Amino acid sequence: MKPPVFSYHDPRSLAEAVSLLGRLENAKVLAGGQSLMPMLNMRYVLPDHVVDLGRVEGLAYIRDDGEAVVVGAMTRQRDIEFSPLVKEKLPLLAEAILSTGHRQTRNRGTIGGSLCHLDPSAEQVTVAAALDATLTIEGPRGRRTMPFAEFPVAFMTPNIEPDELLVEIRLPAWPKGHGYGFVEFARRHGDFAIASAAALLQVDGSGKIARASLTLGGVDTAPLRMTEAEELMVGQVPDEGLFRAAGEICGRIEAMDDALVPASYRRKLAAVMSRRALVLAQGRVERP
Amino acid sequence: MTEMRKISVKVNGKAYEAEAEVRMHLADFLRQKLGLTGTHLGCEHGVCGACTILLDGRTARSCLTLAVQVDGHEIMTIEGIADGDTLHPLQEAFRDNHGLQCGFCTPGMLTTLIELLRDNPDPTEEEVRIGISGNLCRCTGYQGIVAAALDAAKRMRALS
Repeated sequence: MKPPVFSYHDPRSLAEAVSLLGRLENAKVLAGGQSLMPMLNMRYVLPDHVVDLGRVEGLAYIRDDGEAVVVGAMTRQRDIEFSPLVKEKLPLLAEAILSTGHRQTRNRGTIGGSLCHLDPSAEQVTVAAALDATLTIEGPRGRRTMPFAEFPVAFMTPNIEPDELLVEIRLPAWPKGHGYGFVEFARRHGDFAIASAAALLQVDGSGKIARASLTLGGVDTAPLRMTEAEELMVGQVPDEGLFRAAGEICGRIEAMDDALVPASYRRKLAAVMSRRALVLAQGRVERP
Repeated sequence: MTEMRKISVKVNGKAYEAEAEVRMHLADFLRQKLGLTGTHLGCEHGVCGACTILLDGRTARSCLTLAVQVDGHEIMTIEGIADGDTLHPLQEAFRDNHGLQCGFCTPGMLTTLIELLRDNPDPTEEEVRIGISGNLCRCTGYQGIVAAALDAAKRMRALS
């Protein structure tokens, strides 16, 4: 249970970090270390080089840009948890982050690290999909932005080159008074969720759903935006029957199958988690 | 090739300097290089919480932190909780409430609770249970640990 031999690099600037990644073969980026370190200890990964972003200036911040909250990739999960701005503008993220690991891991773990690790059951990954986040990626060819929906290309594989770094996440805020709900099912608090659901609802003056976002985490290789269920709900008056119907759509997905959790169980949980997330979100809607 | 680095770190208020391999995690560094064996290693992959320390005042799993990463930083370990021979109220509460059985998880439980009670001096039982959810006690002595934490909170509030 000891990390393998590697060379360690601790750049002080983003430019230095990008240039190292362009130059070094078989390098891994170390952000908060809460996924990479266990993988090193268990020797699931054997990098020749580790590039630690811990001393790079200017990658940790939470800013309000009016329509969105902009978060630096090296922002610690604890700082997201305790941010009044996140609580006010992104209550879905504020709720979901409480299920991310434990206090000891949130103190170190970063949002950028979690998104690039791209575990399909990770709360921040599910929330980024639910909020239609935009990612800023920096590399030797300059900066580019990408909608989060284009980021996952396969199981735990982000759409990012080995010489590029995720530097910023832009999370659009929903209007004041929107409903939100994040629920997950795990065997123990802080464990990886077997299934999770993130729901956002906006209700218009006549009491009908004007906008809906429903995302499942942990059930497929990447978070699943349930557009069919979203379309079903928009224009309808929210009630138990509607949420049950939305849940039933979620119960028909192609779910992952593994040695511990059969696909049929994930589908059942997907239906229940999505209904619960929607009921929770509806209960939090403040009518205009 | 084994790469070495000199690491300067303040642990429990005392300055240390030692050479270590860059791949060495902080728990091994504390135990093997600095001789501070109070920090225990259980799973070494971030699940059991036994190796919890405070890094710049925030808890962290020392098996998930490289020693080189703490160069220039401040650490508090289980050895830094008591004031000389005078036990910390949290330690007294653990003794009085049967919060230790085999004692292996205790260093991580105490360091975790130092942060919890600092940030939330009057926690509910549920908050304590969530707070220690990242610390495993294989004696399953959670009832005593939770009772000790709540008793310690009371003692610490009376002192402040």
